[in-house]
Amino acid sequence: MKPLVPLFVVIPLGAAFLIPILSKVWRRFSEIIGGIASASILFLSGYFLFNLRSGIVYPVGGWLAPFGIVFVVDKLSVFFVFVIALIWFLSYLFAINYMDRYTGGWKFYTLFSLMHAGMMGVAITGDLFNLFVFLEIASVSSYALVGFSVEEEGLEAGFKYMVMGEIASLFILLGIAFVYASFSTLNMADISLSLASATKNAVYYFVFALFVFGFSLKSAAFPFHSWLPDAHPAAPAPVSAVLSGVFIKILGIYSLSRIVFNVFGLSRANAPGIFNILLLLGILSIIFAGLAALVQRDYKRILAYSSISQIGYIIAGFGIGNIWGIIGALLHVLSHAMGKGLLFLTSGSVVYRTEERDIEKMAGFGVRMPWTGYSYLFGMLSLSGIPPFIGFFSKLFLLIGAVKQSMYGVAVIFVIFSAVTFAYLLRIENKVFWEKTVKGFSDSPFLMVFSMVILVLLLLVSGLCFSHITKEFVKPAAEVLLRGVLYAKDILGGI
Amino acid sequence: MVVVLGSLLLVLVGIYAILTKKNVMKIVIGFALMEYAINLLFAMVGFKKGAVAPIITSIPPKHNFVDPLPQALVLTAIVIGLGTTAVMLAFALRIYDKTKTFDIDKLRRLKG
Repeated sequence: MKPLVPLFVVIPLGAAFLIPILSKVWRRFSEIIGGIASASILFLSGYFLFNLRSGIVYPVGGWLAPFGIVFVVDKLSVFFVFVIALIWFLSYLFAINYMDRYTGGWKFYTLFSLMHAGMMGVAITGDLFNLFVFLEIASVSSYALVGFSVEEEGLEAGFKYMVMGEIASLFILLGIAFVYASFSTLNMADISLSLASATKNAVYYFVFALFVFGFSLKSAAFPFHSWLPDAHPAAPAPVSAVLSGVFIKILGIYSLSRIVFNVFGLSRANAPGIFNILLLLGILSIIFAGLAALVQRDYKRILAYSSISQIGYIIAGFGIGNIWGIIGALLHVLSHAMGKGLLFLTSGSVVYRTEERDIEKMAGFGVRMPWTGYSYLFGMLSLSGIPPFIGFFSKLFLLIGAVKQSMYGVAVIFVIFSAVTFAYLLRIENKVFWEKTVKGFSDSPFLMVFSMVILVLLLLVSGLCFSHITKEFVKPAAEVLLRGVLYAKDILGGI
Repeated sequence: MVVVLGSLLLVLVGIYAILTKKNVMKIVIGFALMEYAINLLFAMVGFKKGAVAPIITSIPPKHNFVDPLPQALVLTAIVIGLGTTAVMLAFALRIYDKTKTFDIDKLRRLKG
């Protein structure tokens, strides 16, 4: 398995290189190459997910751990890699039909593949500067994708997103510069060993604040969220599904949790103040974005605010900091990736037929577009936490975590805002799909319907086998985080 | 220490430009300033007084080498900065094409 590790980055990068060249020969080559790349990555990540025993350290160019760059695939990375590959593959299938509305298809597929190369790189790298490079590859292509329509809305949202995102990236780079100045190393395992014996002076807290600011801006937690409700609706629907589904989680949540738990070696026991800050960020995101979503009129904007609210659940899960909270957070990463991906795809399906996003002007689409309507219904049920869908179990684990830590107020907020989630998602269901005055149009093309139905089935199946998923994939991933600085011994020992 | 504080001051100048200027082009210039300041800081991390360039020759050097790694990292960071600046300028041009203005106060369709 070890020689296969770089393929996670190489395949999407190679696809991004080949698409512009070969699309000159025949236009459909761009779709074929992208499809082969996404299918092979999905297959590869599935193979890793089921067969990975403990973890793999791959030294790039043969230079071993503290000196060269290493790729690290452990249980946490492979979980995130699989979620990315899954959502990428399905939104890719959706995009093949959907992108007929735009010109310049090969540019879309190139940027889409580049973004995935960056996200895969962030998930498997074990080097801090390398993380920054991949983060920038993913971010720059996402800015371009948000402005892909080149209409006024897309450009304004894209520019705004770019200003905020670049400030975050530069702050992360500044943090990396200070880390290198202090420890003369960039390997995450090596840094964590040095940090363990370092004194906690002003530079330590400054660097930590820079990282928390940068990565929470990338993940759109509450005070840093203002770009997301503009940027995600302005993007084409498959891009919104990927941005909301996995992008903010991999760049924000994964990097933040890796750095807080494994590099800085913090846990609720040794740094309760920092974990309370994370919990507060999460709770504020849940409350603010949940209430803001209630008063929106735009289909995709409601979903975008909902994303901030659900990201709040995930950050709060990490902030709770015991094993149950972290399992809940990671399970919520999976359930929200599939659920919100599905809902953004249904919005794409509606826009594809009607060119309309204002929910007050739509009615009765459930009759005309039964597949889209029922997909939305099931996605809504899962996101707002109705059994037997996976969304119920992720919120259940978060609740158990809060109660075990004796945070009853947090648990109450989780439950109340689960109901608020149901309320604002039900508004779309009500306005768009139920009422019965309708002019003639039919459901979306086959591939679009197909990817939505697969997501519904996945939500249901993963909900039914939740105990298996939790035991096999999520709990080992949570244990990687809770091992803290022991991570360093794993990496430097070559596992 | 002086170098670190000077670079941080330059970072702050960049942030000031980004936060207060209304012209899209001036915001882009603010980003360039901030980027160069961080690159300067990063390059100075590897500096040692009286050390020589880190090139291995047959004659052993009399002094220490400076740390070559930050120089390589800064090269990478400069290339990334070029890419982001290019994308940002492309946004600025397209915005001017659509709205005939560089003033961000006039771009108010979206409310955040």
